[in-house]
Amino acid sequence: MTTNGASSPAPLGLLAELTHRCPLGCPYCSNPLALDKRDHELDTATWARVFREAASLGILQVHLSGGEPAARRDLPEIVRAAHDAGLYSNLITSAVGLTPQTLLKIADEGLDHVQISIQDSDEISADHIAGYKGASTRKRAIAGEVVKLGLPLTINMVVHRANIERVESMVELALSLAATRVEIAHVQYYGWALKNRAALMPTREQVDKAVRQVESLRAKHRGQIVIDAVVPDYYARYPKPCVGGWGRRSLNITPAGRVLPCHAAEVIPGLEFWNVREYSLADIWHASPAFAAFRGTDWMHEPCKSCPRRDQDFGGCRCQAFMIAGDARVADPVCHLSPHHALVEQLAAAREETAYSYRSS
Amino acid sequence: MARPANQLSNDACPRLPKGVRLTHNEAQGGWVLLAPERVFKADVITAEILKRCTGEATLGAIVDDLANTFAAPRERIHADVMNLLGGLVEKKLLELD
Repeated sequence: MTTNGASSPAPLGLLAELTHRCPLGCPYCSNPLALDKRDHELDTATWARVFREAASLGILQVHLSGGEPAARRDLPEIVRAAHDAGLYSNLITSAVGLTPQTLLKIADEGLDHVQISIQDSDEISADHIAGYKGASTRKRAIAGEVVKLGLPLTINMVVHRANIERVESMVELALSLAATRVEIAHVQYYGWALKNRAALMPTREQVDKAVRQVESLRAKHRGQIVIDAVVPDYYARYPKPCVGGWGRRSLNITPAGRVLPCHAAEVIPGLEFWNVREYSLADIWHASPAFAAFRGTDWMHEPCKSCPRRDQDFGGCRCQAFMIAGDARVADPVCHLSPHHALVEQLAAAREETAYSYRSS
Repeated sequence: MARPANQLSNDACPRLPKGVRLTHNEAQGGWVLLAPERVFKADVITAEILKRCTGEATLGAIVDDLANTFAAPRERIHADVMNLLGGLVEKKLLELD
């Protein structure tokens, strides 16, 4: 195992997966196929300690996520703990299972921001994608409650073949809900999304059109709403700088307390993950083998090793390199310079009108 | 509506909205502006401007205060403040009362 010898920079963000329980069954969920069981979940006190350790490490923001974070009955106490630790808190929620009463409570406990997922502007399609009848109505209602409380609202829209033709109306919907921000998040193929890839994959033409639409929507709505977009990397020339580089910017804690450099890292064999029940967050960040595995650039093979972009995109995604090319050390096959790039083209072409495998335990 | 930097009125009172805050963090090496799922590094000058954006002081008064405090030419401060705040308004990181 190689390291670059320098001390690791301070992380900025913590993704706290409070639970893998969720009422929805979205086929693109990034959670692993093997979901953590309820009785393995970290308790309130442990999360509170983890938040304090996160703040000491220099982490600025926590993203309270899951599964569905509102499935945790102790969500108000968890929000309070994040606030008391001095962390900026984002609630990443489906809004299904989040009552107006709980929302008021967590706002009082100091929650800074709410992100609500919306599956489609077309409500029938939205409920079909979520696998939950009535989800769309609940989400819009809770979005209204968030805005009434004066909290900033982001609408997250995961984009794939079933809704990619409605990017414009999805942004209009976010505007009508008084969101300050909308995320147009093209599906990334991990976890359940990988399982459902053939059913989710758009065509290159659809993606190019959506990218152009986002550009003109940005110009049209400048100053009214911020449009953030997550690019669909299967059709890209260069890879994304996955999580801002392995073990550089962020870390992910699973419901059972395992600390991962990214949400998909468990697919890579041979990595040793440490648990917050046994180690401090600082020890895990600086010394756990999984974090050291791909930090810096010493681990790289060609073409990444001598590529002028290596400190920009870090060779792309290790998990994707493993899943597509069978080796976590090679260039992300999404990169046109990867010798495995043809595999990505084949996978992108493998589209099927097939039923979703809904997320479930 | 979108507002180019030169249209920010001197009588407006700039304010960081709920969910946006300026904080100093040792481990991150200085001032940071925290916003929904985003972090921006802020240099010392940006921090001095934003500290004064409380919703109580007008833009004109803020520029005067900075010019006095830092003994700097008012026109230069005015241009810098307008540029900074115009950009933040566009990114929904600042409100003008």
